[in-house]
Amino acid sequence: MSAPVLEITGVTKSFGDRPVLDGIDLAVDEHQAVALIGASGSGKSTLLRCIDLLVEIDDGDIFLDGEVITDPSVDPVAVRRRLGFVFQAFNLFPHMTALENVVLGAVRAQKVGRPEAGERGRDLLQRFGLAGREDDRPDQLSGGQQQRVALARAFAGRPRALLLDEVTSALDPELVGEVLEVVRDLKQEGVTMIIATHEMSFAREVADTVAFLDQGRIVERDTPDRVLDDPQQPETRQFLRRLLEAGRV
Amino acid sequence: MVIGGLAALIFTSTGWPDVKETFFSAQAFRTSFPDILDGFWLDVKMFLAVEVIVLILGLVIALIRTSRLPALFPIRLLAAVYCDLFRGVPVILLVYLFGFGIPALQLAGVPTDPIILACFALSLAYSAYVAEVYRAGIASVHQAQTDAALATGLTPLQALRFVVLPQAIRRVRPPLLNDFISLQKDVALVSVLGIQEAFRIAQIDSQSTFNYTPLIAAALLYLAVTIPMARVLDHITARGEVNA
Repeated sequence: MSAPVLEITGVTKSFGDRPVLDGIDLAVDEHQAVALIGASGSGKSTLLRCIDLLVEIDDGDIFLDGEVITDPSVDPVAVRRRLGFVFQAFNLFPHMTALENVVLGAVRAQKVGRPEAGERGRDLLQRFGLAGREDDRPDQLSGGQQQRVALARAFAGRPRALLLDEVTSALDPELVGEVLEVVRDLKQEGVTMIIATHEMSFAREVADTVAFLDQGRIVERDTPDRVLDDPQQPETRQFLRRLLEAGRV
Repeated sequence: MVIGGLAALIFTSTGWPDVKETFFSAQAFRTSFPDILDGFWLDVKMFLAVEVIVLILGLVIALIRTSRLPALFPIRLLAAVYCDLFRGVPVILLVYLFGFGIPALQLAGVPTDPIILACFALSLAYSAYVAEVYRAGIASVHQAQTDAALATGLTPLQALRFVVLPQAIRRVRPPLLNDFISLQKDVALVSVLGIQEAFRIAQIDSQSTFNYTPLIAAALLYLAVTIPMARVLDHITARGEVNA
């Protein structure tokens, strides 16, 4: 059995006096998708940002392919080049076209030649249903299209794992489907991913494991059916009941 | 209407024939204009040289001031003091201090040419303004853009170069151009060092002939440069509004 792609052990993080992550342990095996669920402020986004070294952890360790990445001696740039991150608010570069957004990392970080990077970028955009939109700027695209460009940008460097931070939360409901379709497609290809999400039905469909976060701790972690249909912990039950009452399941 | 009324008031005033003769004499205009135009080329050359220095030096200072590297703290402090000092002192005073003070020091290897010293003073004064303009632009680019650039695998320096700065500079083009219109006029301040540029020549002409038409000629030359710049500024601002 090879090492998990990502392994998180005893990770803590506080913003000032407020603990956001309170001893997180989590492992993600190759080709697996882990869904992080939990209320806003439970630490899902912070955990993803810590993994991509956008936020420094206070304590604990994170391993990528068995190597520790949270040690001060590790070059964070080299680590981020092996990971892909998709933001809730897309965060596309507004002064660049869709294609330029997708190839920037390849050209500047991976030092791939422009023609080759461009070709791969076009293929990726086409695959994500964006053929013909290569030269559009982000403000000419719908939210769903922008998020698919962002997915292409994150996936362009063939990362070891994709970190998806509530990628449909900023979208109009009718645009959610087209973005989830792309994630589904990537999962079928075997891309390892951690998905922070509010879409329970999507978590059930795509994830191999669902982890429920509450106040910076993983309270419950199991297969989607077990966590979502037969939660063992009172916090999980309460969270799912609230979602049910809000009509979100 | 208002303009017409004002014009009527001016043209019918008792003093108008005298004013017309001393400020708008075609004869005086023709004789003084070639010399003033010659002097104006010096203004344009100084303006262009100073503008290039200001664009670069201002950016460097803005980058130092926005950097969060702890190692740069002393330089950051120095940059802040520099901006405060050179924005707080009248430009004409700086031109005086540099133009007369530096040669008086009699330092070996330091230029004593008043044109170079004046350009030096203008560059330092305007770089302090322009650094603050750049700094505002850099601050206006959301942290999320830097996060996205880093997540894409760029180094912090590449994130600045390819993601933050292009957006920042695009946003501050109108205030930058505005500062350059000011600079184009302030070049006339170097006349206090006796440099023979357009305003100085016009001043000498008018004092020797007791006719102020040369000053009007110089004013027209400044307008010939600043008005097109103002139209370019309008154009950029309008386009920015469409894009936003």
